[in-house]
Amino acid sequence: MAQGIKDKVAILGMGCSKFGERWDASPEDLMLEAYNEAMADAGIAPDQLGAAWFSTHMDDVGTGRGGTPMGIALRLPNIGITRVENFCAGGSEAIRAAVYAVAAGACDIALALGVEKLKDTGYGGLPMATVGTYIPQWYPNAVAPANFAQLASAYRAKHGIDAALLKRAIAHVSVKSHANGAKNPKAHLQKPITEEQCLKAPTIAAPLGLFDCCGVSDGAAAVIVTTPEIARGLGKQGLVTFKALQVAVSNGWELQSNEWDGSYVHTARVAAKRAYAEAGIERPREQISMTEVHDCFSITELVTMEDLGLSDEGRAVYDVLDGHFDAEGRVPCQIDGGLKCFGHPVGASGIRMLYEIYLQLQGRAGARQLADPKTGLIHNLGGQPSQNVCSVSIVGLEGV
Amino acid sequence: MIGITAYGGYVPRLRLSRQAAAQANAWYAPQFGGRKGTRAFAHWDEDSITLAVAAARDCLGPVGQRDRSTVRALLLASDTLPFAERLNAAVVAGALDLDEGIEALDLGGTQRAALSAFTQAVARVQAGGGDTLVLAADNRRTRAASAQELEYGDAAAALLVGTQNVLAEYLGAGTVTADFVDHFRAAGEDLDYHWEERWVRDEGITKLVPRAVQAALAQAGVAAAEVDHFIFPTTFAKMDQQLAKACGIRAEAVVDNLGDSVGDSGVPHGLLLLAQLLERARPGQRIVLAQFGSGAQALVFRVTEAIDGFKPARGVGEWLARGVEERHYTRFLSFKGQLQLERGMRGEQDKKTALSTAWRHHRALQALVAGRCEVTGSVHFPPSRLTYDAQPLQDTQKPHPLADRPARILSWSAEYLSWHPAPPHHYGQIDFEGGGRILMDFTDLEVGEVDSGTAMEMVFRVKDVDDRRGFTRYFWKATPVRGASKT
Repeated sequence: MAQGIKDKVAILGMGCSKFGERWDASPEDLMLEAYNEAMADAGIAPDQLGAAWFSTHMDDVGTGRGGTPMGIALRLPNIGITRVENFCAGGSEAIRAAVYAVAAGACDIALALGVEKLKDTGYGGLPMATVGTYIPQWYPNAVAPANFAQLASAYRAKHGIDAALLKRAIAHVSVKSHANGAKNPKAHLQKPITEEQCLKAPTIAAPLGLFDCCGVSDGAAAVIVTTPEIARGLGKQGLVTFKALQVAVSNGWELQSNEWDGSYVHTARVAAKRAYAEAGIERPREQISMTEVHDCFSITELVTMEDLGLSDEGRAVYDVLDGHFDAEGRVPCQIDGGLKCFGHPVGASGIRMLYEIYLQLQGRAGARQLADPKTGLIHNLGGQPSQNVCSVSIVGLEGV
Repeated sequence: MIGITAYGGYVPRLRLSRQAAAQANAWYAPQFGGRKGTRAFAHWDEDSITLAVAAARDCLGPVGQRDRSTVRALLLASDTLPFAERLNAAVVAGALDLDEGIEALDLGGTQRAALSAFTQAVARVQAGGGDTLVLAADNRRTRAASAQELEYGDAAAALLVGTQNVLAEYLGAGTVTADFVDHFRAAGEDLDYHWEERWVRDEGITKLVPRAVQAALAQAGVAAAEVDHFIFPTTFAKMDQQLAKACGIRAEAVVDNLGDSVGDSGVPHGLLLLAQLLERARPGQRIVLAQFGSGAQALVFRVTEAIDGFKPARGVGEWLARGVEERHYTRFLSFKGQLQLERGMRGEQDKKTALSTAWRHHRALQALVAGRCEVTGSVHFPPSRLTYDAQPLQDTQKPHPLADRPARILSWSAEYLSWHPAPPHHYGQIDFEGGGRILMDFTDLEVGEVDSGTAMEMVFRVKDVDDRRGFTRYFWKATPVRGASKT
């Protein structure tokens, strides 16, 4: 195996806009909000940036294609800016590109920024995706909730789990995230909810109800990366470094062959395995302090606990209900509130997840600060269970 | 001997309660208060093309059961074909995966077009042109609170005409062609305009149909008294009985016209009643089938000893038994395109079809033909140059039809988020016996009817309608195998 990225690149600074229905803010405003915070945190000037990667997904309601929207919004000094798009995992892709550039020595300091302005569509939920000219002629005009809801039917069938029990477990996923989000001033949704509210909410895509679905928000997040040496030279201490950056992409096997059983996300397992190897993690349940996973829907988070090896197969239902992933649990998940409370401005989410872990590892997470976390895992999933892009990243304190 | 060598039909599952429709319109049209029974109506994703495909599949049976290469022509009779230009029969032929060397033709313009299609098929077979598939389908629009709304129905029928294993021998035909305008519909219009019913009955049907029947009997060399079954689709009460009497046919020979359950389906109705009759007809029985429209036409058949050797895939009898009564009158209106429901912004999505893409993949899209790797046996939908196997192989896939293979649900959901004409929109992953998986739309099902493991079958349906450009695209959908038990 290749050497990997472990401890070669450190975070110099991060920023994250307030997420929410930002009726007052354009994508440019959101970018600037995240950028200003990240630059202040890093303590550098724009001319110290060597290159930038820009993650945004929607063409119709977002900022448009190419690198220019970011160059203009932030008045960057004509550095190279590359737009990356990889479904909902785009934010993690921008991070990966910036980290690789620094690790390669192509630049000293790189910026990755993700933004999405979803609340200019005129309706709730994500816009309908465009998928070329062939797929619409046979594939259902599918929406994300129903794509992910299918995990539930296959998971129940495979493990013989009662529909009501699974519904209660996924309700717990959302109740937990809302409890966490209530402590986060940057979250879109900051109100706790009850299990009863979850269970009684209107159905969006059976068996998912309204509270099983993440919010739809505007937001931006930014990270500035450099080498540990440069970071130290700029006076940084207690560095957070990258331990693993892995992306796995479907090749049609899940969607076309009869081998995948539909109850899990294949690429998540592939990416997790590679990430643990790259980071040198052998016992994830003990070595990972916290996770920020792609809880676009409650059922996604539940099966992800198994995909990441944090629950045994078929046991996530019980682990979730037993509170293993609550704030006080064995491996807290979505301590910032997750997509559930932040919503999912597509291009920004992966970086927003990193932001929370960065704050936690530095002990700067305020009311929701965990006790002594050392390593965090970020799981960012784009597409749908049967065909997707999945990123698993691990960051931790330097030397851990 | 030339005659019918296979038959089938199709009646949509949905049956509008006439009482429910009459009640909904009672404030406006109280005269329909006493109407009873149901009428069949097409689901939102059914039109005359898909109805015809369903009937043809009922007639031909699953791929592999009958050699479809013997079918050398397809005649599609309908007064409600979705395309004025684009051969509707070619869409049907594509769905049936028939040989591209066949001749295919659309016919219409009169309620008796299916009978004309039949005599054309006979002429073709006589001339040595090979087996000819005669299909008829209609899906008529009517005005809300009209008599036709309650009396019409949607259905399709199929007859295969040939010389081998003839089930019902064709004995003769009689035709009267006359521009007797009981109703008409101008090109480009949706709705019929009718003249007074009493005039139609007394001057039209009563005078023109017996001439056609008598001519047909004369050509067939069959005496009226020898007729065992007399089929005449009509919405006029006792009209069939009166005609039988006028022609000298026994009263008990009159075949029930399914007015109580299906309604009058239009062009296909004669063939539909014939297909139903053939399910119970006995060898030696003589059948007269007559239909009215721009004159009249009649056909005469004699059932052969081979009749018990054939069964349609389901048969009209089973389609009838699968009906479910629909009491939501607005659902009927909406499915018929007569009610403008709120779609929300998600309903604004452009459904433009890239026709070049459609043609490039036409066999996969029209006939649901996957690609099966000759080496590993892995099945791919859509077909591709490289297999998904761990060691991908190139250009090893051969056509592998999926439309008639047993299938089950792997995973599914039903959502209320996107705009869909029949919410909740059901879809999921379907696994086929013998390999192959498609994430596809489900149709014609009730909430709570399916789960992982439910047995499903494939039906050819409207995939999307491009309202902006007037184009309809078709694909296959999964629907529960009715009566099948879950595993």
